Amino acid sequence: MNETIREAAGLLFGGDNELWQIIFTTLRMSLMSTAVSSILGIPLGILIGRRQFPGRGLLLRVFHTLMGLPPVLAGLIVFILFRSIGPFGRLKLMFSVAVMVIAQVLLITPVTVSLSASAAEAKSPLLHETARGLGLSRAKEVRLLLRECAGQLVSVVLMAFGRSIAEVGAVSLVGGNIQYKTRVMTTAILLEANRGDFTRALAVGVVLMLLALLVNVPAYTLQEKLR
Amino acid sequence: MKKFISLLLVFALVFAFAACAGKTEDPSTEPAASDGTSEPVSEAEPSASEVPSPENPVIRLATTTSVNDSGLLPYLLPAFEAKTGYKVEVASAGTGIAIGYAKSGDADLLLVHSKKQEEAFIEEGYASTERLSFMYNYFVIVGPEADPAGIKDLASAADCFTAISKVDTGFVSRGDNSGTHNKETGIWETAGIDPTAESWYQSVGSGMGDTLIKTNEMSAYTLTDKATFLSMKDKLPNLVILKEEADDMKNTYSLLGVDPKGAGFKGAEITVNTEGANALIEWMLSDEAADLIAKYGVEQYGEPLFFLLEK
Repeated sequence: MNETIREAAGLLFGGDNELWQIIFTTLRMSLMSTAVSSILGIPLGILIGRRQFPGRGLLLRVFHTLMGLPPVLAGLIVFILFRSIGPFGRLKLMFSVAVMVIAQVLLITPVTVSLSASAAEAKSPLLHETARGLGLSRAKEVRLLLRECAGQLVSVVLMAFGRSIAEVGAVSLVGGNIQYKTRVMTTAILLEANRGDFTRALAVGVVLMLLALLVNVPAYTLQEKLR
Repeated sequence: MKKFISLLLVFALVFAFAACAGKTEDPSTEPAASDGTSEPVSEAEPSASEVPSPENPVIRLATTTSVNDSGLLPYLLPAFEAKTGYKVEVASAGTGIAIGYAKSGDADLLLVHSKKQEEAFIEEGYASTERLSFMYNYFVIVGPEADPAGIKDLASAADCFTAISKVDTGFVSRGDNSGTHNKETGIWETAGIDPTAESWYQSVGSGMGDTLIKTNEMSAYTLTDKATFLSMKDKLPNLVILKEEADDMKNTYSLLGVDPKGAGFKGAEITVNTEGANALIEWMLSDEAADLIAKYGVEQYGEPLFFLLEK
C-alpha cells in the first residue's frame, strides 16, 4: 500500500506530464458529459415528474430501464453511428473527446431524467395544492419546485459526474485509448493492468479517487446548505 | 430564492468549465504535450526548424497490442515523427478490432500479424497496398516450469497442443480474434482437435498482456508472441518459455495501407491520409527503421525481440 501511495505521489509530482494530460482529458470529458446530460435530463425529468399525461408511466419505465444500459453497449451504438462509414461519419468525430462525450450522454441522460423525475414527483403534488391555494402563477410554482428540489438536483448532477468519470467500456471503444489524445484515467488503469503493472494501475486509481473527492467535497457542502 | 440562485450558479459553473474545456479541443495543439516525454524528439530539437510540416499531419495507425505493449512503437515512432513532422495516433488492440477500425474508415494504415485476415482485407477491397511483410518473430508456448504435458522436446506446435489436450493443466486462449488467437486456432486445426468445449480450455477474450496474467494465475499453458512475454517476464513468475522456434510458430508482421476508394467501402465517403500512410510505410521499410528494429530489446533482454525479413 505504501508503495502505491508513493507511486501515486510520484506520478502526480514527479514531472510526469502524461498523467496531467490524462487528468485534463478526463476532467474535460466528465464535465462536458455531466453538463450536457444534466441540461438535457433535469428539465425533461422535472417535466415528466410534475405532469400527468398518457404514456407517462411507460416513459418512466423506459428511462428506468435505460439506466441499466451497459456502457459498452452505449459505446457500440455510438461507434456504429459515428465511424467514418456510419450515418454520422462525415462529422469525423471518431477517437475524439467529443464522441466520448456523446456516448456518455447516451449513457447518463436516462439517469438524470429518472432521478430528477422522482425528485419532482415527490414534492410536486403538495406544492401544486399550496400554489393553487395562494393563487401563484405557473412560473412561480416551478421556481418554488426547483427550490424545494435543489439539494436533490445537486445529487443528480453529482451522480452523473460519478458515472461519467468511472466509466470505461464506452470510452475505450469510441475513444480508442489513444495516448495524448483520448486516454482517460479509467482506460489508463485498464492499460496498466493489462500490462501487468498493478502498482502503477492502482496508483492511477488513487489519483482518480482524489479527483472525484476534489469535485464531491465542495458540491456536497453546497448540497447541505441547500437542504 | 437564494437557494435557487446558488443552484443556477452551480450549473453555470459546470457549464462554463465544460465550455472552456471545449475551446481547447484543437487536436493540432496537442502533440506539443508529447514532445517533452519522448527522448528521440528532444534529441532532434536543434534542427526543429528544418522539420517539414505536412499538410495533413495526423496519421491514424491501427495495430496489434504486441507491437505497442512490447514498447516497439513507442521506441520507433518518435524518430519518424521528428524527421517528418507527422504525428502518429496509435489505436492498439487485437488484429481483429484493428482491422475493424480500418474497415470502418477510421484508420489510415494497419500494422498487423494475421495472414488470413490480411488476405481477406485485401480480397474484400479495402487495401491500397499489398501485404508489406517486413519483420517477424516467433510465437512461443509458455507454461508452468514443471511442464505436466511434457511439451519441451516435441517437434512442432501441433504436437505440443496435442500433448496439452491430454492433461488437465489448462490452456488459456486469447479468444479475441486477434492475430495470436488466429494462429492458435490454426494450430488446433492442424492438430485435429476442437478444444472449444473442453473444460481445460479457457477463452478469456482479452489482450496478450491480460491473457498472460490470467495464465500466470492459473499456472496454465498459452500461446504468446515472444516480445510481449519477455517484456512482462518479471510479472509472470509461474511461467517459462517451453517451446520456441518451431517452423509452424513464425509470426510475421505486415503493413497494409487503406484505400478510401476501395470496393469494400461501397462508395461511402471516407477520408484517408494516404500521403501520411505512405510516408510511414516508406520509413518503416527503410534501413533507418530496420537498424532500430534490429537493436530493439538487445540491451534489455539480451536478444532482439523482432527480426527483419530478407528483402
